[in-house]
Formats: sequence, structure tokens, C-alpha cells
Amino acid sequence: MTSRKGATRRAAGFCAVLMTLAVGTAACGGDSGSSDGTFVAGHPEPDHLIPSNTTSSYSWDVTDELFENLLGLDENGNLVEQAAQSVESSDQKVWTIRLRPGQKFHNGEPVTAQSFADAWNYAAYGPHGFQGNDYFSQIQGYADLNPEDDGAEPEADRLSGVKVVDDLTLQVTLDAPFSQFKLLLTHPAYAPLPKVAFTDIKAFDNKPIGNGPYMMDGSWERNRQIKLKVFPGYTGPRKPRNKGVTWKSYASADTAYTDLRAGRIDVMQSIPAAKVSEARRILGDRVLPRRTGTFDYLGFPVFDKRFADPDLRRAISMAIDRNGINKAVFDGTYTVADSLLPPLIKGHRKGACGELCTYNPAKAKQLFDKAGGFSGTLELYFSNAQPSYEQWMQIVANQLKQNLGIQDIQFRKIPVSDYLSMLRAREEKGPYRQNWEADYPSAQNYLEPQFHSAKNRMGWTSREFDDLIAKGNAAPTEQAAIGYYNQAEDVALREAPMVPLWVWQGFGGRSDKVADVTITPYATGLVAHEVTVK
Amino acid sequence: MWRYVARRVLQAVPVFLGTTFLIYAMVFALPGDPIQALAGEKPLAPSVVHALRERYNLDDPLLVQYAKYLGGLLRGDLGETFDGQDVAGVLAGRWTVTAQLALTAWLFELVVGIALGVWAGLRRGRLADTLVLGGTTLVIAVPVFVLGYTAQIVLGLNLGWFPTAGTDDGWPMSYVLPGLVLGSLGLSYVARLTRTSLAENLRADYVRTARAKGLTKARVVGRHTLRNSLIPVVTYLGVDFGSLMGGAIVTEGIFNLPGIGQQVFESIQLKEGPVVVGAVTLLVLIFLAVNLLVDLLYGLLDPRIRYD
Repeated sequence: MTSRKGATRRAAGFCAVLMTLAVGTAACGGDSGSSDGTFVAGHPEPDHLIPSNTTSSYSWDVTDELFENLLGLDENGNLVEQAAQSVESSDQKVWTIRLRPGQKFHNGEPVTAQSFADAWNYAAYGPHGFQGNDYFSQIQGYADLNPEDDGAEPEADRLSGVKVVDDLTLQVTLDAPFSQFKLLLTHPAYAPLPKVAFTDIKAFDNKPIGNGPYMMDGSWERNRQIKLKVFPGYTGPRKPRNKGVTWKSYASADTAYTDLRAGRIDVMQSIPAAKVSEARRILGDRVLPRRTGTFDYLGFPVFDKRFADPDLRRAISMAIDRNGINKAVFDGTYTVADSLLPPLIKGHRKGACGELCTYNPAKAKQLFDKAGGFSGTLELYFSNAQPSYEQWMQIVANQLKQNLGIQDIQFRKIPVSDYLSMLRAREEKGPYRQNWEADYPSAQNYLEPQFHSAKNRMGWTSREFDDLIAKGNAAPTEQAAIGYYNQAEDVALREAPMVPLWVWQGFGGRSDKVADVTITPYATGLVAHEVTVK
Repeated sequence: MWRYVARRVLQAVPVFLGTTFLIYAMVFALPGDPIQALAGEKPLAPSVVHALRERYNLDDPLLVQYAKYLGGLLRGDLGETFDGQDVAGVLAGRWTVTAQLALTAWLFELVVGIALGVWAGLRRGRLADTLVLGGTTLVIAVPVFVLGYTAQIVLGLNLGWFPTAGTDDGWPMSYVLPGLVLGSLGLSYVARLTRTSLAENLRADYVRTARAKGLTKARVVGRHTLRNSLIPVVTYLGVDFGSLMGGAIVTEGIFNLPGIGQQVFESIQLKEGPVVVGAVTLLVLIFLAVNLLVDLLYGLLDPRIRYD
């Protein structure tokens, strides 16, 4: 439908009268397509617009355009300097960051080293209750801001490891060497904040002022939309090729998809799974398949002695037909796991998982018998967040029955709000669904938080694994780090406290009004500044 | 009559306290940890969990939490959502949407429903009657989400008569389609109630007398029959107004209208007590007010009814 905005508006009242009388015959305008150089993207409502006070990717959809970090990622996961001119370290522990001069916030305030230090200190200070607090836990002094004991007063309100050397130089000292720090810096939580943010943080959340290529056009219209326009004072590498973007909120993805078909939104990052095949038919090449780093695993309660034998865990893993489930439940679109890392991560090795991830009922049964079998009820845990979890768990259960002869299998479908607290409290009595999406594209971010002896949920301990991660974290080059991480991965695959299943596949969509739509698999999602509008 | 009104208003006070407490207690009893749910898959530092639990009084026992909530209410503070917004602001934004949607649906019920009912009632047993009875049965039988998606795809997407979703086009355009879907069920009941009640009253003795006096048909129907025939209809319309307000979750979801139903649904999942209590209490108050209005309307419709 062509754009005829004014006419549509005027005709609207008339049409309504007609329809109330139930004699509607005229076509009353339905499109809101505009050709003012801006485009509309649809997604669920964000919870905050301060990037360090959220863990919602829908918030980061917007804050990515409003704010600019020191470093960013290109669509292949390579580091790109944004607000920083250089980030260097000789020992992976003390990092010197130099800012590109002449940058400004949307209100004209210069972006300085202090802007970053203030933002990080604020977010890292426990009593502020910021959701992104944990992203700062590797910086020296974090513990002083976040006492372990309930209700204890923090000893400090500034991170001792963050030092402002001069206006354009920042020095960050970490607790331990961390070779992936540059990747961590790309995380949205590490954005700078202007001084005005701290005078009234709540008001700032409604109309944030950042240093990114776009600025707020009006305030956040809750549950409706957030309008962004180009910030004329922007000097960074992400120069917008359009005039602005409006993020419209949808309570239902199905409705957003209908609006995409109707041309009322131009970009949608996730078409609901049930609509993908229809969308491919109707939208054709306007469906945008996109890689993701979202990974499903099956974790074992290794602390439970029934699951303590690695052979039993291997047997269960090898009794699962991952390809069959992919075809049956995900229409064959997912990528079956061949490693603990998704293919888009540097350090992913094809076939690293080997036999463990290969469907082999005979070998599985043999290992199962060698481990002494399994007695009692096998309980399978998953949350009720999506119906597909139950679908594939049922297939897993059938395969375990068939291939291993476990007769008594029960499902434990847990409300999503309880699921993680249950796992954290180690209350599960059987294999459980684990899902992971990296904060930054590094092998370390898939391995350390999920498998490190002090952090994992399985109750698995391996000094060997921990040491290799530490070595990787201290490695001077990317290549060396990946080498250690791969060795650590091999340890985890050998012992199989948690086995990989598959990597998700996403499908976005666009209208015919926009082109050059790229959706990255990272926290930043849509590359808004590259989108061109007809 | 004013004494009657005053008594009814006073009765609303214990109802108000009762509902707020009951709802607060029910939300309190819901399983799950709202703070952990906030962060999704990522761990929250203990210091952050502590700060948030304290901010939302989550460590207090039920009665203390409720007392703090009532205290805030007396100061005009309805509390805060877990994402840091004032509940009053959230509800105000949501209520405007819900009020427009419910009123649109209600108007459909009132105008179209009564018109269809009268049309059928006056032609009892003839084609018009059969059509209305059959059509309304069909509408009652079809679930609302089927109606909603069908209307959205056919009238919104394919024909382009109405916006598919959202509030961008304002009232009435954005609300016609969802209003029609939401009101379709009530519309059917109203039509059937009006039809039956009218058809029955048309056979009453006083109607025969009126006719015998030589009154015109319009006067017999309009003044002597329709008015008192509307008593069950008005009762239904009154009760239904409340459910239109609170029970529009499905319609609001399909048409992406950020109304109160969606908010209550989300807040129950998040265990956001103050939001649920605020929204539902307002619903109860509206329900009470509408019911009082309905009771007063009886007197206007049927002069035989008196208040004391």
C-alpha cells in the first residue's frame, strides 16, 4: 500500500462512523508507512533504558543506539574501537584505556574518563540494586562495594581498580588477569553516563542521555514506543544511514508479526517459531535467517551419587538423537551441537564433542550397563517458559526408555520464576535443561560461568579445568587463550557433567521499505545505523 | 433515595479493605522469587538482591507488608513496580487504554445488541428472529481468540479497513476492531435477552389493554414494553462492564493494546503485589459504582420499583 498519511488521518473518523452502522464498504487506511527516512522496529517492552540496570536484550536493543561503549563488535564478533582510541595491557590485569577526544553526550557534556568511571561505580555499588552489577565483579575493589553478608554496609562506594588518570585516560585494575577484558568492555553495562544521570536516576531512565549515534526524540512512551532521532553531534564510527528509528512495544510476538506483514513495522528480530515457515512463503527473502549463540545443554546433578559416574552421563548423552529432535521439534533449523561452544564463537572446533554427541544406542547401552544402570525414578527438569522444552524433553525421555531401558521417567515442569532458584539451590534430582547465551562472544564466557568448580550448578569439581581457564585468562594473545580454553573444553567433554544439545537458530524479518538490515548474534542485536530506508 | 445511595457507598468501604487485603495475600502466596526472576539467567550479587528485597519490603511478613502498602496508599503513594515505575503512573496509562476499549465494546453491546434484540423480538418466529438467534449462538460458541485473529487478519491485514494492532490511530479507529471482538459475546447475550424479554412482555395483559385503548404500535412498544423489558438487559450490561474492563487480556494481547488486563497478567507473573492490588481494587470500585447505577436505573425503567 502506498503512503498517504494525511488522507488516512482525515478519513479515519468517517470510516469509524460507517463501521458503527455496520455498513463499512470503503477501504479505511491501515498503513502508517512513512518515508521520512525513519523506520519502525517491533520488540517486547524493555524494562530499563539505563544499560547497566537491565539484563533484558530488549532494553539493549534501544540502549545500543543511545549509548556507545569503549569498544564494540562488528557482525563477525571482531572488536571495533568506538569511544576508545586504544585499550592496552601488558599483563592482562592492568588495562590502560585512551579515549578518542572530542566526544559529547547528547546534552553537550564532554565524554571523559570520568563519565565511564562514574557509570561503572554507580552500577557496581550493591545498594543501588542495579541488575548489571555482576558484570563489574572482576574489577579490583568490587567486593568492598558488595558485601556478601545480608544487610552489611559496603566499605566503599567507588571501585578502587578504576582510576581516572586524566580526562581521556582511564586505568582499570582487575582482581586477576583476564585476557577477555576487551570483549567484556563491549557489554552494554559498560556504557558511560553523563553527570545529570546521577541527580535523578529515575527521571533519567525515562529520557536517557547517551553518547551514541541516536538520541531520544521525546520521552519513553511506556508500553507503546521509544522514538530515536539522529544525534547531530556524533563523531564515532557508527554514522547513521537513516534519520531515526522507533522501537514499538508488542505484548505478543504474533501480533508484531502480523504488523510486519501489514507493513506497520519494518524490522522484527525474532519471528515466532510457529510462523517461520509461513513467513518464508509470504515474505520470501525478507525473512532474515540469523545466527545465534543461544545454546541448550542437558546438565546433570553430579552432586547426586546416582549421577556421579561419568559413564552414565555419557550413556544418556549418546542415547539422545539430536538430529531427530532437531527435525521433529525445530523443523531442522537448529544446529546440532558438536562442541560446548556455538559455531560463531572463536575457538569452536568442528566435532570437538566427538562420540559424546553422536547418537549411538548400542554404545550407550553398553556404557549404561558398565556404569551399573540406573534404579529408581529418572526425573527430567525444565521450565514452562516455552512449549518446545516439553516437546523435546518428551522425545529425550522416549529415547532413554527405548535405548537404555529406563522405565520410570517423570517430567518436572517448573514455573519459570522458580526454575533458576531451584537449580541454584541444587534441589533438582535429575537431568535438567540448561540454556546459555553469552554476554560477549568468547569461549571463556561459555566455559567459565557454566563449568568452573566454584560457579557451576552441577556440583562438578575439576582442578584441571579451573587451571586451564585461569591460564587462558592470563594468556598474552588471543590464540594462546583459545588454546587453553579448548583444552579446558576437552576436560569438560571428557567428564560430561553437562552435555551440549543444540544451538538455536533465529529468524528476523523486514518490510520492503528498508534494506541493509543486519541482526548480529550479540547483545547489541540489530545494527540500526546501517539500515537504509526507501 | 439519597439515604439508599449513602448506605451503598458506605458499604463499599469494608469491601475495599477486604479486597485489597485478600488480593495482597493472594499475590504474597504465589510461588517464586520475584527478584531472582528479574535477572533471568544471570546471577544477581547478594548485595543487589538484598538492596532490592529491602526496597520492595519483600522480607517483611504479610501483615507488615500490607500495613506498609496501606500506609503508602493513605499518602497517595501506590507503590513502585519492580522496574522502578510509580504504580499510579503505570495504572493511569493503562486505564486510559482499557477505558476506551471497554467503552467501545460496551457501546457495541448497548446499541447493536439492543437493536438486534428489538428487531428479533418484534418478529418472533420469523426469519429475522431465526437469523439473530442463529447468529448470536454462533458468536457465543466461537472462542474470542479465534474471532480476534480472524478479524485482525481479514479486516485489518487483508482488507486494510482498520489498523491491525496498536493505539497509534487513536480512538475510534484503533479501538473499533478490538471493541467489536471484545463486545461480541456480550452483544449476543444482550440481543438474546432483549429479544426474549420483549417478546414475553408483548403478550402481557397491560399490552393488550394499551392496544385496545388504540395506542400506536410505536408507543406501545417504546413506552410500555421496551422500558421494563430492559431490566434484565441493564442488569447484564452493568455486570458485564466490569468484566469488559478486567477480562480483556486476550483481546488486548491480540491487538497490542497496553491495557489493564495485560498489566495484571504480567504483574501476577512477576508477583508485583502493589500493581495487582491497585488495578484490581479499582476494578472492584468501578464494579460497585456501576452496580449502584444499575440499581438506580431500575426505578427509572419500571415505576413500580421504589428505594427506601
